[in-house]
Amino acid sequence: MKNPAKEIKREAFEKEFKSKRFNFGFSRKHLCIPYALFLVLFVIFPLLLVVFYAFTDANGSFSVYNFIEFFSNPTKLSTLLISVLVALAVTLICLIIAYPTAMILSKMSKHTAFICLMLFITPMWINFVLRAMAMKELFYLIHLPMGSFASIVALVYDFLTFMIMPLYSTLIKMDKSLEEAALDLGANKVKVFTSVTLPLSMPGILSGAMMVFLPVMSCYVITDAFRGNNGFSVIGKLIAWNFVGENGTLVNVNGGAVIALVMLIIMFVSMWMTGGFKSENAGRGTNL
Amino acid sequence: MIKKFFARGWVFLVLAFIYIPIFILIVYSFNNGKTIGVWEQFSFKWYGKLGEIKDVVLNTVLLAVISATIATILGTLGAIGLYYSKGKFGKVVNGASQIPVVNSEVVTACALVMLFMIIGAEHRSLFGLYVGHIVLTAPFVVLSVIPKLKQMDSSLYEAALDLGATPTQALFKVVLPEILPGVFTGFMLAVTLSLDDYIITATLAPLGYDTISTAVYKAIALTTEKASEQVPIYRALTTVIFIITLSVVVISNVRAQKIAKRKGVK
Repeated sequence: MKNPAKEIKREAFEKEFKSKRFNFGFSRKHLCIPYALFLVLFVIFPLLLVVFYAFTDANGSFSVYNFIEFFSNPTKLSTLLISVLVALAVTLICLIIAYPTAMILSKMSKHTAFICLMLFITPMWINFVLRAMAMKELFYLIHLPMGSFASIVALVYDFLTFMIMPLYSTLIKMDKSLEEAALDLGANKVKVFTSVTLPLSMPGILSGAMMVFLPVMSCYVITDAFRGNNGFSVIGKLIAWNFVGENGTLVNVNGGAVIALVMLIIMFVSMWMTGGFKSENAGRGTNL
Repeated sequence: MIKKFFARGWVFLVLAFIYIPIFILIVYSFNNGKTIGVWEQFSFKWYGKLGEIKDVVLNTVLLAVISATIATILGTLGAIGLYYSKGKFGKVVNGASQIPVVNSEVVTACALVMLFMIIGAEHRSLFGLYVGHIVLTAPFVVLSVIPKLKQMDSSLYEAALDLGATPTQALFKVVLPEILPGVFTGFMLAVTLSLDDYIITATLAPLGYDTISTAVYKAIALTTEKASEQVPIYRALTTVIFIITLSVVVISNVRAQKIAKRKGVK
C-alpha cells in the first residue's frame, strides 16, 4: 500500500538531496581514489618496472643477458630449488604440528580455547628477529650447531602460529554435525577424518600454506642467522643482495629484477593453485 | 579421559616449544654476564643500558605508529570506496589491493627501489621507507574494514541522507562508528606488521637508520663486534616487550569480560 502524498514528498526530498550530492560532486565510491592512486603509483607501476628492468641491461637497452646468467648459474638455480623445497618442508612441518593443535583447540570449551589462543598470539607481538635471537640462544645453550637443521627449526618456530590461526578459524566454523552424521552412518574415525574433516578444512590449510610457503622463500633473516658454515640460503637473499649488497648499496638491479620476476611467477602460480587469497583469514595470526 | 590428557599434552608441548626460547632469554636478561649458559650474578645491569638503544626503539615505534596511521586513513577510505564501487574499476583496485598481501616483501621492497631509481630519486630515504611500510600495511586495513561494511545495514547511510545529513556527515556520524572495530583491528594489524618488518626497512631505510629488526639482524647474523655487544641489551628489551604485551592482553581481556558480564546481567 503506497501513500501517494508520502511518495511525492519522498521524491521531492530525493531530488533535492540528489542534486545536492551532484553539486557536491561527491559519492562514496570516490573515497577510494586516493587509495587507488597510491596503489597504481607504488604497487602496480613498480611491478611493471620489475619486468622492465629484468629485460634490460645496465644501459637501459633490451637484453635477456640476465635471464641467461640466472638460468645458467648452478649456484643460483640450486638456491631457487632449495628455497622451494625448504619452503615446502617448513609448510608441511608447520601443518603437521598445527593441524592437531587447531583441532584440539576447536574442541575445547570456549573459555579454555580462548586462553590457549591468547597464549599462542602473545609471543607474536615480539619482533620476529628478536624471536629468532631467542631461538639462537636456545641453540647455544643446548650446544646444537648452526646449519640446515637449525634453520628449519627456526623457520618453523617463526611461522607456526601463522598456520595455527587460519586452521583454527576454519575448524571452529565447521558444522560439527557432519562429523557426527558420518559416524552415525558407520564411518570409522579415520574415514570421518579423511573424507569429512580434512576436505572441509581445506580452505584453512590453503590459507595457512600461503602464509608460510611464500614468506619462507624470502625470509633470509633466519637463514642468514642460522646457516652457520654449511647451511642453505633462500632465494630472497639472492634478490635482496642485489639491492642491499655488503654495505647497503645497490649491486646489480637488472640481475635482481630477473630473480624478483621469477619470485612473482612462483607467487602467481601458487595463488592460482590454491584458488586465490581468502580475505577472512588475512589476520596473519594476529587478527581475531 | 586419556584422550583429553594427550590432547592437552600436545597443546602444552607446542606452547612449550614457543615459550622456552623466550623464557631462557628473559632469565638471562637478569644475568650480570653476557654469555648465555654461564650464570654469573643476578643484576639489572642490562636494563640500565636500555638507554643505549633508545634511538633504535624510537625509530621502530615512530615508523610503526605514523605509517599505520596513514595506512589506516588511506585503507579505510579505500575500503568504503571499494565496497560501493561496482564494475571494472572496483575489481581492478581490489585485485591490486591484494598484491602486496601475497607478494613477498623482498619483491615489494625491490620494486620500490626501482621506482625511486627511475624517477631519479635517492633509493634510500625516510620517504621511501614510509611508503614501503604503507604499501605493506594499507591492504591489511582494507581487508579488516570490508567485513564490517558487509555486516553494516546498508539502509543506515541512506536513512541519514534522507533525514538531511550531508554525505560527509552521514559518513562520519553513521558509517564510521559502525565500522570502527574493523578500523581499529586494521590499525593494530598495521602496527604489528610494521614492527615485525625487516626486509622493507633493510632495503629502503637511509643508511645508518636502524629499527629493532635491522639492529638485531646485525647482532645475530653479521655478528659485528659492536652489534654482538648489544645482544644482552636486546634480551632486556625482549623482556620489556613481553611484559607490556602480556599486560595489554590480560587487561584488555579482563575488561572485555567485565563488559560481557554487565551485558549479560542486563
